[in-house]
Amino acid sequence: MTKSELIAQLAARHSQFSVADIEMAVKTILDALAKNLSRGERIEIRGFGSFSLSFRPARLWRNPKSGERVQVPAKYVPHFKAGKELRDRVDFPL
Amino acid sequence: MTTLTKADLAELLFEKVGLNKREAKDVVESFFDEIRLALEKGDIVKLSGFGNFQCREKPQRPGRNPKTGEEMPISARRVVTFHASQKLKSQVEGAQIGTPNAE
Repeated sequence: MTKSELIAQLAARHSQFSVADIEMAVKTILDALAKNLSRGERIEIRGFGSFSLSFRPARLWRNPKSGERVQVPAKYVPHFKAGKELRDRVDFPL
Repeated sequence: MTTLTKADLAELLFEKVGLNKREAKDVVESFFDEIRLALEKGDIVKLSGFGNFQCREKPQRPGRNPKTGEEMPISARRVVTFHASQKLKSQVEGAQIGTPNAE
Protein backbone atom coordinates (compact mmCIF):
# COMPACT_ATOMS: atom_id res chain seq x y z
CA MET A 1 0.00 0.00 0.00
CA THR A 2 1.41 3.34 -1.02
CA LYS A 3 0.60 6.76 0.35
CA SER A 4 -1.85 7.45 -2.48
CA GLU A 5 -3.59 4.11 -1.90
CA LEU A 6 -3.85 4.96 1.78
CA ILE A 7 -5.39 8.31 0.86
CA ALA A 8 -7.88 6.57 -1.45
CA GLN A 9 -8.87 4.10 1.31
CA LEU A 10 -9.37 6.89 3.81
CA ALA A 11 -11.35 8.97 1.32
CA ALA A 12 -13.66 6.00 0.71
CA ARG A 13 -14.10 5.53 4.43
CA HIS A 14 -14.77 9.21 5.09
CA SER A 15 -16.80 10.16 2.04
CA GLN A 16 -17.94 13.44 3.60
CA PHE A 17 -14.46 14.84 2.84
CA SER A 18 -12.83 15.69 -0.45
CA VAL A 19 -9.75 13.72 -1.48
CA ALA A 20 -7.81 16.99 -1.13
CA ASP A 21 -8.84 17.25 2.54
CA ILE A 22 -7.78 13.67 3.21
CA GLU A 23 -4.50 14.26 1.39
CA MET A 24 -3.89 17.28 3.57
CA ALA A 25 -4.77 15.27 6.68
CA VAL A 26 -2.32 12.48 5.79
CA LYS A 27 0.42 14.98 5.06
CA THR A 28 -0.27 16.78 8.34
CA ILE A 29 -0.06 13.53 10.32
CA LEU A 30 3.18 12.37 8.67
CA ASP A 31 4.79 15.80 8.99
CA ALA A 32 3.88 15.95 12.67
CA LEU A 33 5.36 12.49 13.29
CA ALA A 34 8.61 13.42 11.53
CA LYS A 35 8.84 16.82 13.16
CA ASN A 36 8.33 15.48 16.66
CA LEU A 37 10.93 12.78 16.18
CA SER A 38 13.42 15.30 14.84
CA ARG A 39 12.93 17.30 18.04
CA GLY A 40 13.84 14.19 19.99
CA GLU A 41 10.29 13.64 21.20
CA ARG A 42 8.63 10.27 21.49
CA ILE A 43 5.43 9.32 19.71
CA GLU A 44 2.99 6.91 21.26
CA ILE A 45 0.01 5.68 19.26
CA ARG A 46 -2.10 3.40 21.39
CA GLY A 47 -3.02 0.19 19.55
CA PHE A 48 -0.39 0.81 16.89
CA GLY A 49 3.03 1.39 18.36
CA SER A 50 5.60 3.93 19.41
CA PHE A 51 8.38 5.78 17.66
CA SER A 52 11.50 6.88 19.45
CA LEU A 53 15.12 7.60 18.64
CA SER A 54 18.09 5.40 19.28
CA PHE A 55 21.56 6.79 19.66
CA ARG A 56 24.43 5.59 17.47
CA PRO A 57 27.80 6.59 18.87
CA ALA A 58 30.52 7.97 16.61
CA ARG A 59 32.64 5.28 14.99
CA LEU A 60 35.59 4.83 12.72
CA TRP A 61 34.61 3.32 9.42
CA ARG A 62 36.92 1.94 6.79
CA ASN A 63 35.88 2.09 3.19
CA PRO A 64 36.54 -1.50 2.05
CA LYS A 65 37.27 -0.37 -1.50
CA SER A 66 39.76 2.41 -0.92
CA GLY A 67 40.93 1.42 2.56
CA GLU A 68 40.25 4.99 3.52
CA ARG A 69 39.29 5.67 7.15
CA VAL A 70 36.34 7.88 7.84
CA GLN A 71 35.06 9.15 11.17
CA VAL A 72 31.29 8.68 11.24
CA PRO A 73 29.79 11.17 13.69
CA ALA A 74 27.33 10.17 16.43
CA LYS A 75 23.73 10.34 15.35
CA TYR A 76 20.18 9.38 16.17
CA VAL A 77 18.14 6.92 14.13
CA PRO A 78 14.36 6.42 14.20
CA HIS A 79 13.05 3.32 15.94
CA PHE A 80 9.55 1.82 15.81
CA LYS A 81 8.16 -0.65 18.28
CA ALA A 82 4.84 -2.26 17.39
CA GLY A 83 2.18 -2.00 20.09
CA LYS A 84 0.47 -5.01 21.60
CA GLU A 85 -2.66 -4.81 19.46
CA LEU A 86 -0.70 -4.53 16.21
CA ARG A 87 1.62 -7.36 17.27
CA ASP A 88 -1.29 -9.64 18.13
CA ARG A 89 -3.24 -8.83 14.99
CA VAL A 90 -0.31 -9.47 12.68
CA ASP A 91 0.95 -12.58 14.42
CA PHE A 92 -1.86 -15.03 13.70
CA PRO A 93 -0.80 -18.70 13.64
CA LEU A 94 1.25 -19.57 10.58
CA MET B 1 9.88 15.91 27.35
CA THR B 2 6.50 15.60 25.70
CA THR B 3 5.08 12.61 23.87
CA LEU B 4 2.95 12.97 20.76
CA THR B 5 -0.33 11.03 20.92
CA LYS B 6 -3.42 10.50 18.78
CA ALA B 7 -5.13 13.34 20.63
CA ASP B 8 -2.35 15.74 19.53
CA LEU B 9 -2.67 14.57 15.92
CA ALA B 10 -6.45 15.11 16.03
CA GLU B 11 -5.86 18.60 17.39
CA LEU B 12 -3.58 19.34 14.42
CA LEU B 13 -6.21 18.14 11.93
CA PHE B 14 -8.69 20.43 13.64
CA GLU B 15 -6.33 23.42 13.42
CA LYS B 16 -4.69 22.85 10.05
CA VAL B 17 -7.24 20.97 7.97
CA GLY B 18 -10.38 22.39 9.55
CA LEU B 19 -12.01 19.07 10.46
CA ASN B 20 -14.23 19.27 13.52
CA LYS B 21 -12.88 17.57 16.63
CA ARG B 22 -15.03 14.46 16.29
CA GLU B 23 -14.07 14.00 12.61
CA ALA B 24 -10.43 14.71 13.30
CA LYS B 25 -10.37 11.98 15.93
CA ASP B 26 -12.03 9.52 13.52
CA VAL B 27 -9.61 10.27 10.67
CA VAL B 28 -6.58 9.79 12.94
CA GLU B 29 -8.03 6.49 14.13
CA SER B 30 -8.68 5.34 10.53
CA PHE B 31 -5.21 6.39 9.42
CA PHE B 32 -3.55 3.91 11.78
CA ASP B 33 -6.30 1.34 11.27
CA GLU B 34 -5.76 1.27 7.49
CA ILE B 35 -2.03 0.74 7.99
CA ARG B 36 -2.79 -2.05 10.44
CA LEU B 37 -5.23 -3.72 8.02
CA ALA B 38 -2.70 -3.61 5.19
CA LEU B 39 -0.03 -5.16 7.45
CA GLU B 40 -2.43 -7.86 8.59
CA LYS B 41 -2.94 -8.82 4.96
CA GLY B 42 0.83 -9.05 4.58
CA ASP B 43 1.08 -5.87 2.48
CA ILE B 44 4.08 -3.59 2.64
CA VAL B 45 3.04 -0.05 3.54
CA LYS B 46 5.19 2.50 1.73
CA LEU B 47 4.80 6.07 2.90
CA SER B 48 7.17 8.05 0.72
CA GLY B 49 9.24 10.58 2.63
CA PHE B 50 8.49 8.78 5.90
CA GLY B 51 9.26 5.10 5.70
CA ASN B 52 8.02 1.57 5.07
CA PHE B 53 6.18 -0.77 7.39
CA GLN B 54 6.54 -4.42 6.61
CA CYS B 55 5.41 -7.71 8.03
CA ARG B 56 8.22 -10.24 8.36
CA GLU B 57 8.09 -13.90 9.18
CA LYS B 58 10.60 -15.04 11.76
CA PRO B 59 11.46 -18.72 12.00
CA GLN B 60 11.57 -20.50 15.33
CA ARG B 61 14.84 -19.92 17.15
CA PRO B 62 16.40 -21.12 20.39
CA GLY B 63 15.86 -18.92 23.41
CA ARG B 64 16.29 -19.00 27.14
CA ASN B 65 14.17 -17.96 30.06
CA PRO B 66 16.29 -15.10 31.44
CA LYS B 67 15.12 -15.79 34.99
CA THR B 68 15.69 -19.51 35.24
CA GLY B 69 18.25 -19.96 32.46
CA GLU B 70 16.07 -22.75 31.13
CA GLU B 71 16.29 -23.27 27.37
CA MET B 72 13.06 -22.98 25.43
CA PRO B 73 12.36 -22.34 21.76
CA ILE B 74 10.98 -18.96 20.66
CA SER B 75 8.15 -19.90 18.32
CA ALA B 76 7.93 -18.83 14.67
CA ARG B 77 6.06 -15.54 14.39
CA ARG B 78 5.14 -12.60 12.24
CA VAL B 79 6.48 -9.24 13.30
CA VAL B 80 6.13 -5.69 12.01
CA THR B 81 9.28 -3.83 11.10
CA PHE B 82 9.70 -0.18 10.20
CA HIS B 83 12.37 1.20 7.91
CA ALA B 84 12.71 4.96 8.00
CA SER B 85 13.18 6.71 4.66
CA GLN B 86 16.42 8.54 3.88
CA LYS B 87 14.50 11.79 4.38
CA LEU B 88 13.29 10.89 7.87
CA LYS B 89 16.74 9.56 8.79
CA SER B 90 18.43 12.80 7.85
CA GLN B 91 15.73 14.78 9.64
CA VAL B 92 16.33 13.06 12.99
CA GLU B 93 20.07 12.41 12.73
CA GLY B 94 21.03 15.61 14.52
CA ALA B 95 18.25 15.60 17.12
CA GLN B 96 19.34 17.08 20.43
CA ILE B 97 17.52 15.09 23.05
CA GLY B 98 16.68 17.16 26.07
CA THR B 99 17.71 20.43 24.43
CA PRO B 100 14.77 21.80 22.48
CA ASN B 101 15.69 23.12 19.05
CA ALA B 102 15.15 26.79 18.50
CA GLU B 103 12.66 27.12 15.68
